[in-house]
Amino acid sequence: MKTELPAEVAASRALWLEQKHADYRKKKLRRKTQVLIVRSSILILFFVLWEAGARLGWIDELLFSYPTKVFRQIWDDMVSGSLWPHLGMTVGETVVGFILGTLLGTLLAVIIWWSPFLSAVLDPYMVVFNSMPKVALGPIFIVMFGAGFTAIVVTTLSITVIITTLVVYNSFCSVDPNLVKVVRSFGASRVQEFNKVILPASFPTVVSTLKVNVGMSWVGVIVGEFLVAKSGLGYLIIYGFQVFNFTLVMSSLLIIAAVATAMYQLVVYVEKLLLSRR
Amino acid sequence: MLPVVELKEITHAYLGDREASLAIEDFNLSVGQGEFVSLVGPSGCGKTTLLSIIAGLLRPSRGEVLLSGRSAAGPSPEVGYMLQQDYLFPWRSIQDNALLGLELTGRLDEESRSKTLQLLADMGLAGKELAFPAQLSGGMRQRVALVRTLATDPGLLLLDEPFSALDYQIKLQLEDLVSETLMRRGTTAILVTHDLSEAIAVSSRVILLQRNPGRIRRIFQVPEAIRSTPPLYARDLPGFAELFHEVWKEMELAGREGV
Repeated sequence: MKTELPAEVAASRALWLEQKHADYRKKKLRRKTQVLIVRSSILILFFVLWEAGARLGWIDELLFSYPTKVFRQIWDDMVSGSLWPHLGMTVGETVVGFILGTLLGTLLAVIIWWSPFLSAVLDPYMVVFNSMPKVALGPIFIVMFGAGFTAIVVTTLSITVIITTLVVYNSFCSVDPNLVKVVRSFGASRVQEFNKVILPASFPTVVSTLKVNVGMSWVGVIVGEFLVAKSGLGYLIIYGFQVFNFTLVMSSLLIIAAVATAMYQLVVYVEKLLLSRR
Repeated sequence: MLPVVELKEITHAYLGDREASLAIEDFNLSVGQGEFVSLVGPSGCGKTTLLSIIAGLLRPSRGEVLLSGRSAAGPSPEVGYMLQQDYLFPWRSIQDNALLGLELTGRLDEESRSKTLQLLADMGLAGKELAFPAQLSGGMRQRVALVRTLATDPGLLLLDEPFSALDYQIKLQLEDLVSETLMRRGTTAILVTHDLSEAIAVSSRVILLQRNPGRIRRIFQVPEAIRSTPPLYARDLPGFAELFHEVWKEMELAGREGV
């Protein structure tokens, strides 16, 4: 049985709860602000120290350049338009490598899940290929596909595909066998088993490999460009290094950091979108 | 009338890298229409193996399973299987979970759909159709699992300790619900359980197994009076305690000898 509280007791209790909640939210907001302040201070301090260090001669300006010069360089390249083809090339390679790598890796995972025999056969090859530094294959890719877009995308794929396959295949295998038992007891076929249980159960893992693959794709593309390219941000870095223009190197690095972060955030957003419907 | 399920000289061996072990040997059993049979016994006596064989999930090394006189090969929609836990799919709503069996067997239409939704309502789950499993309590989830199993209208229901993971009170409620539902539908059932009082309360026959290898040790007939009373009240009937002790003593012996 529930006894009615006198009105004033109920009101004071509500007030008290309200106050507690307000305090809690205020504390949380304050914390958030603190984090934000310290976070931006670090960034600003970094650039200020860099600038000051170069101008006051603490670090070699020729090697490390300095922020105003680097930003000037970026701005000039943007205005003159000479940046865009390089940026477009690199982003294009990364996006293609990323999408193809994820698709091929997942597809391969499906195939070896489908056939345990094939999985057993391929296992040592996958281990070898996964452990070896794929970048070492670069020269072979260049000979096979010519110095250019294809070779760079293939270098990227060599980095992303196998790891995607391993992660996704593992998540296929770690689906609770009892969930599989449920559908099998209804006489489900292997296709149904995959569509109704395995894929939906591992979907979050598949989506989260996307995030890993963005980073991997950047590694593949930049390394690929180091090796062969005649354009792209990786090429700019190598070129800047060879002609001893470290302002160019630094500005390329900053652009890569910015674009790679943007791409990563985009994938995080897509992940949220895909998983929120569940 | 043909028995709903008949096991003929079932022998099953588990083959591993190091050894082959005999789980069940020469097992014969016949369960008639509307019967409720319990399998009890010390752990490792092959109870769950037997259920998997009847469900068609496991092919026996030797012997034959007949479902209504026909030899069974592989899972059949005739047989429903309920597991120890609900194993609802967390990414599916309650109604989509309940409709899974119909979806898989290609029998999902307006009629079967509304029948299933009605069944959910009958089990006290009205209003939860669009909720997700994580939002439901353990007892509710197990009821959804029961609906999922019953939705395809199986003539034979296999229950593998379906109440063991639940709180005691919920477990008693669910025993009543299952026993009443099955009786009303005339569904034949085989229950595997560790709980002797549960076995006696819900079933018409209690089959005690022994291990190494798994085989029938003794069969206890449950008196009509206990059989026809809802499980919760059956426990208070005269004769229940005596039968319980008889089964208990025999199981103790089985456990000691089987080691």
